[in-house]
Amino acid sequence: MTAVESASAPVSPVPGEPGAESVTPATTLPSRPARRRAPQPRPLTMIRAGDVLSMVGALLGALATTGVLWQEISPFSGILGFVVVTWLLFVFYYAILMSFDEDRPTVRDRLCAVVVQSLGALVAIALIYIIGYTFYRAWPALHHLNFYTQDQRKGGPTHPLTQGGALHAVVGTLIELGISMGIAVPLGLLAAVFMNEVPGPYARFVRTVVDAMTAMPDVLAGLFIYATLIISLGLGYCGLAAGVALAVTAMPIVCRAADVVLRLVPGGLTEASYALGAGQWRTVRYVTLPTARSGLATAVILGAARAVGETAPVLLTAGETDFINFNPKHGPMMSLPLMAYSSVLQEAQHVEIARGFGAAALLLVLVLLLFATARRIGGRGAGQLTPAQRRRRAAASRHDLARFQRRLQAAEAAWAAQAGQPERQGRYGSER
Amino acid sequence: MVSDDSSGNGASAFEHLLDSTTEADNQNRVNGPGPGPRKRSLKTKLTLSDLIFRVIARAGGSVVLILMIMVGTFLGYRAAQALRVAGWSFFTTQQWNPDGGAFGIEALIVGTFLIATVAIVVGVPLSLATALYISEYAPQRVKRVLISMIDLMAAVPSVIFGLWGFFLLQWKLTTLARWLSSWFYWIPLFQVNGVQRNNPLTSPDTYTSSSFAAGLVVALMITPIISSVMREAFSQAPAGEREGAFALGATRWGMIRAVVLPFGKGAMIGGTMLGLGRALGETLAVTLIISPVYALQLHILQHGTSSISALIALNYQETSQFGISALFAAGLALFVVTLLVNFIAAQIVARSRSGAQSEA
Repeated sequence: MTAVESASAPVSPVPGEPGAESVTPATTLPSRPARRRAPQPRPLTMIRAGDVLSMVGALLGALATTGVLWQEISPFSGILGFVVVTWLLFVFYYAILMSFDEDRPTVRDRLCAVVVQSLGALVAIALIYIIGYTFYRAWPALHHLNFYTQDQRKGGPTHPLTQGGALHAVVGTLIELGISMGIAVPLGLLAAVFMNEVPGPYARFVRTVVDAMTAMPDVLAGLFIYATLIISLGLGYCGLAAGVALAVTAMPIVCRAADVVLRLVPGGLTEASYALGAGQWRTVRYVTLPTARSGLATAVILGAARAVGETAPVLLTAGETDFINFNPKHGPMMSLPLMAYSSVLQEAQHVEIARGFGAAALLLVLVLLLFATARRIGGRGAGQLTPAQRRRRAAASRHDLARFQRRLQAAEAAWAAQAGQPERQGRYGSER
Repeated sequence: MVSDDSSGNGASAFEHLLDSTTEADNQNRVNGPGPGPRKRSLKTKLTLSDLIFRVIARAGGSVVLILMIMVGTFLGYRAAQALRVAGWSFFTTQQWNPDGGAFGIEALIVGTFLIATVAIVVGVPLSLATALYISEYAPQRVKRVLISMIDLMAAVPSVIFGLWGFFLLQWKLTTLARWLSSWFYWIPLFQVNGVQRNNPLTSPDTYTSSSFAAGLVVALMITPIISSVMREAFSQAPAGEREGAFALGATRWGMIRAVVLPFGKGAMIGGTMLGLGRALGETLAVTLIISPVYALQLHILQHGTSSISALIALNYQETSQFGISALFAAGLALFVVTLLVNFIAAQIVARSRSGAQSEA
């Protein structure tokens, strides 16, 4: 501002002063340095040298004290305890150091930041630890090729890891996943569409029940299918029963996730569709569902990821076998979580434990794949398109335009014929 | 061929359309039944395709509803036989021997709630810290990665958590359990029976397969669920109030205490209830870790505990009809409890999330 005033003050006289008209005002724009970056939110953290020093000092002090405790004074042992005690001492020392030159709210702020960040890091470490441990224990089984190409008929506790594999469990998992998704996805999506498109007390009731069922213990879904299909209908342990049990588990999840996605479809789009004269079915088919497509795909894949990892329903309904079984309607069918669970129960057998971890690792890979796909598809909100989708949308729009023009031409021709006039040249769309 | 020409024709065509509508309107007005302006009916007449769509959608919703209700009714139907025999003693017996005539869920329900309580006590601070870190502390670039990491954690199969807890965590925990039980033995919860205090020769087996170990694993399983509910609420805290708190000189933690936490209170309670529902029903991880004891066992560090879902997973191959019925009775109890917890949780979360019901 000061630059502007100082630049313009000598040349532009104050209005109302005598002789104001005689001077031609010349506006001088001050030259500003070009802004290099878009404005960024101001960083709220300020790191000073003293902060870093006190943190390092507290950490060193805590390590030293714990070292003395562990080595000299008490008979403690174990890494876990060492880390916990070090952390507690670190927080304590840090608080003392901070209180030397900060007021109490600042000390409290720093301490809470330390606690929040360490607990968050703990969760992240636990997740990485769990995944890493599974692969670490699975490695003896995973690095043999036969683990992927054979079933367990040559395996068993007495055979080395170079024989037998998890192929039967992989096949079983995929078949059961296919059955469960074949049931859960259409029904779940239909119910979600119903809850959004036909609102009313009944739809609200359905939504309440589905919400409550989302967190139903998975073992109860297994128990339900065990009661109906296996005991009452006498189906026996088979892949079909397991697939249906998984469907019962996954359906509320798919339905609820799809419901949330459909609710996010902008109301302006559907209203525009109604305003153009489309009926409800056409609106759902051509506006609502395409808009929510990526979100719906994510909902379905997350449901699949959840279903594929469920063990309890499969445990109650699928039965266990060492043989590969392609027929879901007859005979027990193994699946990856079930294999992990049952192999590991034979505690003394290291070979079987390795196989169990191998199955768990394969299951984890499957879940990770599904999850990565869901992220890839579902990163976008409703209505945001990829370049390929945008091109397809544009092509469809051009096609529609051509269709409208053809129709208009035909109508014109019919009108002209009805009026008994010869068709004139240069009608609509003829410049095409 | 000239564009001018075609536009002129277009105008004339529209005029023609306009004329025809006004003519129709005039005719209506002349031949109308009433003297005054008629009230337009606001009822929409559904076309055939819309009618079919509505019927199919309603049927789909109904099928899902019926399926969900059937789960409850079938459990009740199958459980009726056992419940009729056991009567009220079903809730007060501490044994599980259906064929011998004595079975009840007192110990089981207590064990289930003990494990869930450990899980909540450990899991809620973890989730709260994770949610706060993601919504308040993490830099923008890290945020997205962390959110998908938490989502991934929710998708990790329970059997993998179970294996980790069974082979690794519960053995690492024995030192901690021993320390707790030798220093805090005066708290009944931390007592361990049959162990001399401070005896270094106690086998670590005494401290494995406990409610504590199972509860810790379940805590890690429910953390992503609770923290994503909380994070969603925290990130919706109004920016104006945040800025206001900063402008008044609040530190970051002061802002969180004054703005973010009060705003997310409902979601914190609801998310905790959701986690509780999940923890009560968790099956595989618990089954792998605990070793079943059907008597009341309140010492969370001691070997052996029980939970309803583990009971079902371990005993479903009962041969007797009556034993199966008793299992269904236990399942029904679990169903009712989790349904109640989840229902309350859903109500609280829905009320805390403003605008969830709004259209457009």
